[in-house]
Order: sequence, then C-alpha cells, then structure tokens
Amino acid sequence: MNLFCGKHSGTVILNKAKRSEESIINTKTRFFVRLRRTQNDTRNSFLQGDLNFKAALLWMVLFSSTVSGIDTGLKISDSPVEMHGFYEARAGYRLRNDRHQKDMSIMESRLQLDFASYPEWGDLKFKGDVVGDLVLEKFDFQTREAYIFTRPADNIDLTVGRQILTWGTGDLVFINDLFPKDWQSFFIGRDDEYLKAPSDAAKISLFSDTVNLDIVFTPRFNSDKFISGERISYWNSGNLNIEGSNAEKYVDKPDRWFRDYELAARLYKNINNYEYALYAYHGFWKSPGGERADGQVTFPDLNVYGASVRGKIGKGIGNLEIGYYDSADDRGGKNGSVNNSEIRYLAGYKQEIGKDLTLGLQYYIEQMLNYGDYLANLPSGPARDEFRHLITARLTKLLMNQNLRLNLFAYFSPTDKDCYIRPNINFKATDNLALEAGANIFFGDYPNTFFGQFRYNSNIYTAVRYSF
Amino acid sequence: MSNRIIIFTAVLIFAGFSFASDANKPDVEQIVQKANLAAYYQADDGKAKVTMTITDKKGEIRNREFVILRKDIADGADQNYYVYFLRPADVYRMVFMVNKHTLPDTDDDRWLYMPALDLVRRIAAGDKRTSFVGSDFLYEDVSGRNLAEDVHELVDSNDSVFVVKNTPKKPDSVEFSYYTVRIDRRTSMPMRMEYFDKTGRLYRIIESLQVKDISGFPTVTKSKVSDLNSGSSTIMEFSDVQYNIGVGDIFTERYLRKPPADVRR
Repeated sequence: MNLFCGKHSGTVILNKAKRSEESIINTKTRFFVRLRRTQNDTRNSFLQGDLNFKAALLWMVLFSSTVSGIDTGLKISDSPVEMHGFYEARAGYRLRNDRHQKDMSIMESRLQLDFASYPEWGDLKFKGDVVGDLVLEKFDFQTREAYIFTRPADNIDLTVGRQILTWGTGDLVFINDLFPKDWQSFFIGRDDEYLKAPSDAAKISLFSDTVNLDIVFTPRFNSDKFISGERISYWNSGNLNIEGSNAEKYVDKPDRWFRDYELAARLYKNINNYEYALYAYHGFWKSPGGERADGQVTFPDLNVYGASVRGKIGKGIGNLEIGYYDSADDRGGKNGSVNNSEIRYLAGYKQEIGKDLTLGLQYYIEQMLNYGDYLANLPSGPARDEFRHLITARLTKLLMNQNLRLNLFAYFSPTDKDCYIRPNINFKATDNLALEAGANIFFGDYPNTFFGQFRYNSNIYTAVRYSF
Repeated sequence: MSNRIIIFTAVLIFAGFSFASDANKPDVEQIVQKANLAAYYQADDGKAKVTMTITDKKGEIRNREFVILRKDIADGADQNYYVYFLRPADVYRMVFMVNKHTLPDTDDDRWLYMPALDLVRRIAAGDKRTSFVGSDFLYEDVSGRNLAEDVHELVDSNDSVFVVKNTPKKPDSVEFSYYTVRIDRRTSMPMRMEYFDKTGRLYRIIESLQVKDISGFPTVTKSKVSDLNSGSSTIMEFSDVQYNIGVGDIFTERYLRKPPADVRR
C-alpha cells in the first residue's frame, strides 16, 4: 500500500510563521504556497499543460479523421468511433471541523467522454474529464486515457500513450503495483476509478507458452497524487501538528525526460488457474519518501522486487504477495531524511458467504529494515513501529436484482491503533441513472499514524451519475 | 459346466430384454445428455450477440447487451466462455470470463476485467443459482446445470416431446424441489422448463420461443424466463450467431485486458 507516509510522516511546514488562526483558508498563505510551488514547477506545469493540450489536439485530429473521413494525409481508419461517458454531480461534507480546510470535502460536476475506435490494426482510445470543482474553485480538463494499442505480431501487444495500469493481487492494498495512485480522490469520495491516476507510458507485452512478460516504460516519473495538504490535512512532523491547506507540501520531483524514468516489469504465468507473477520496478518512491533540510519533500530512488500468487482455495480465492522495497538512496538506513528499505507482505482471501454476499479479508505487514538506524537518526517526534500490521475487510451485498449494491471496506491497524472505513451504497435507478452515497471515516488513537492523522478529514458524500 | 451355460444363457436373455425395453422406452440419461449438448455444446465453438430485456412487475425495463464467445474443451464436459459487455453504459467494455468445469465438486473459475481501473479480478465462485447480470436468468441457466446434480426420470413422452423430471440429489443446495423439461424429440432442444418450489408450486418458467437452424445446428435464438414470485421476466435474444469460427486461445489474461478483434466485429 503505497500511500503517502514518509519515514515519520515527514514533511516540513512551508510557512514557518506562526500559524494563522484567522480563517479556514488562509488566502495569503495559499497564495504564497502556490507562488513557491509555481516557481519550483513553472517549467513543468507549462510543459505539462502544453503536452496535455497537444495530446488532446492530436487525438481530436485522429478521431475527426476517422469520424468524418477528412483526408489528413495520414489515413488512420475507416472504422466508426464509439462514444460513451457519464455526467456526474458529487457533493460531500466534512464530519469534523478542520480550520485548515473548507467544510465541503467535495463539490464538483464532471463530464467524462470516452471515444474508442477499433481499426484493423488496433485500438484508438481517448477518455477525458471536464470538471468544475467548487472546492478548489477551478475548472479543469483532465485526460484520463489517450493511447494507441496494436498487436504488431502474434505474441506482442503494445500500448503507447496515457493509460491506466494495474497489476498485483491486493484489494486496495498495493505492493507491486507502482503505477500512480490518486490518494486525494480516494479519501474525498470520488469514484474508485479515480484512485488510479494515468501513466504516460509505453507498455509492451510479450506472450509465449512458457511465460508472459509485461514491460512498462514511463519516460518521465509519474508520482502519486499524494496527500499534500490540499483538501486533506495530514500530520506534520516538522511542527508536530496537523496541517492542511495552510501548509501544502513543497516538493522537489524528478522530472527530466528519459533520465528520471520508471521501468516496471511483470513476468507471469497461469498454471492450472493459479496465477504466478514476479515483479520488478526501478524508479522512485511514488509518494514523498524523504525530505530535505530546507523542507522540500523528495522522491528518492526506489527499486522493488516482488512476487505473487492467486488462485482457488476451498470455496474462495486466496492471494499472497510480497515485495522488497530497496530504498536505493539510503540502503544502510542511516540517512534520516530518506525512507528506509522495507519488506511488505500480503495474504488475502475472499469467498461468497451468502446469496450475492461476498466477504474479503486481507492481512498486510510493512516491515521497516534497519530499524535501529532509523531510531538513531530520527530527528524528533514519535517514531514509526518497525512492523505495521494492517487488516482489511470488504463486505459486498447485492440486492434488488443486483441494482442495489452495499459495500463496506475497512482498514484496521492493530499496531497503529487506527482505522479507515469506507461504506458505500450504489443504487441503479435505471440502466443510465445511478445514485450513490458513502463516507470516508478515519479514527485513530494517535495523531501521527497512517490513518490517525486523517481523522479531521472524515467525510460523507453523495452523487448522481448519468451514464451513456 | 452346465450351470455355467445356464447362467450364460440367462444373462443373454436378460440382456435381450433390456435391449428390447431400451427400444420402447429410451434411456432418460441419453435424452438429457443429448438435450445438454443441443442447448450448450452446439459445434466446437460459437459466437453470438445477446440482448436481454428485463421487465419487472411494474413494467420497468432494463437492457443488457453483450457478445459471447464459447469454446468447448470436449462435448458435454469443460468449456470456456468470454463475455464482452456493450450495455448498459456503466459496464461497457467490461469482460467476464469463465472456465466452466463439469467434474463433480469443482467450481468454475471466473474473472472480471474492469477497464476503467485496468483491473483483473478473480471472482470467488459461489452459488450458481444467483442472477446473471441482474436478469431473471441465473448463472446456471446460462452456463448449464451439471447433469450429475439431478436424478432424471422420463415422466411423459409422445411423438414430439419427452418430458423429464429432474430432482436434485442435494435438495438443500437449490431453491426448487424439482423441475420438468419438455424436450423436442427432433432437435433434442429443451423447449420449456418448469420449476416447482418446496411446496410443489410452480414458480418459474423458461421457454424457448424461437429455434432456428444456423449452419445446420438447431439454435434457440429467443428465450424467456418468467419469475412468477417476483412478477419479473427476461427475454434473451441471440443474433449474429456463428459456429465453428475457430475461436482461438483467447481465454487468457491477455485477452481479458485487450479483447480479441472477434468480439468487436
């Protein structure tokens, strides 16, 4: 589970001035934060925005050429374009007052359009969201997917472009899936789809009777959308306090094309419907894994090696997964400003325990390596445990001809003494119209633990979605 | 020696009687096996576009639409299904894949691919008598009920149909006490199935409303299930049915994630 959590939930307050008591949103500070982030990211964001725009434009040209048959000189395909999507309105409120955040946890409307065309040689795909967000007071266009897929040979699949990528066996716990996650969306109650952030990558898959291999090359690091203080408040170990939009993290992210790249590979095989896989990753901690003396949070080098198996056990499905997180910038664990290496373990089981009623349980352990060195180099504040144990449970019940879905997902850590509960009700009023309500509830005995730090962010939400 | 001859002769005579009785009253096991093959195993593989129209007791309608590809491992035994959803919109491009197993006490292997998350989920096998995609058809109606689970009795026959009564060997595992099937003698196709609850009351009917000859294979192209308890019914229609198209080895994670070109044409 590769959620934000530095060695000591570490980050540094940006505005070292005494915390303002004036308003929920300190506009001055926000402006200052934005300014400094902008300075840091100026080139990036411009480049990113520009690329987004160019990519969207390129796709529109490709699709328009397929739709209208306009001769662009480059004949793409005569195949028709399928269009789908949804319109959604989503509203949520915080259950506890947080002076660093607005009372509304989510308040947005979203139009998603999904275009796909399947010419002879492969697939063309574009999926984008137009979002009006009242919490951040902005209007945004987000490209979720924009890729070309082709089968250049009988045993090769190739996908190039912006794409959503997932592998591994965990249920909302990720060990070897190091593709970007959007934890902010997850905690504020967006649809599960938005937990997976897109990768700008090339995926090549090679198939054979002996074994299959996936290789994903991301030419420029795609980090998680981590908990930065924006919308979700967190434990700041710099001043031992819960901070939010008053102290958004000041980041230094690797962003050089083809130098700050990520490489992920999976070697897998299905033997009698037991799915075995080996994984390797070379890149960076996906959420901040360290911090500098000047307060910048960083994304140190990370290599991950892992394995998993999934298959039938008795009446249900069992899975095992393990990953060794090699924190390459601090192999000895002596550098207090970089995450130590870890080993992560997961065992899961799910079974249908009644009619349209499924129970899933997982046990997950994070073991910090070189723990003695961690303690010796801990600057201040409460220390993390060497072993973090986490239990998850998922209970899903379908009712009313499967049109009503009740879902409860809970994380509970006996070592951190905290928990995170995600109840959700989804009712399909018609084939097109769905109504939804849910909550994100955090509890914790301590303010610095993984979920405990989010306890002021508990929220409830409701949504209506029209799919077409 | 003479004893042996007598026994041998007796065995021959009884065998002769039993052959004679087979000729008059066909073996019910053969009938249900042929019906099973006709309903679920036509040709070596097949493809069809399926639409379901679900009408609840208030008259409200929901639709399902998917492309289904099937490949048999052996007639009457294991087979693979690949289901690519087109409607409703919220499940568009989802894929459901089944490795059906017919050995006793062996659960099917099932996978679901959710494209928005690029997620391959393994589905815990479970009660096969739960709704298939929210319709009145049950998972077992679509994939076929294992013949070994019931005791079969031929209760009636005439020139055109056999009527077989099926009583579950494990009554606690199902919601019915027994069901009857009317089987067309010419095509071996099950034409009407009636399910009776534990009190002996008829509560569920499946009818084959249209049977077409496609490439020499009798095929149910329209069927209807009526749930007399809930007042709901579902009509399932097959179109673009094709047999022996050479469905390849598509029942793998590769094609779960990126469907074969077949399902989209």
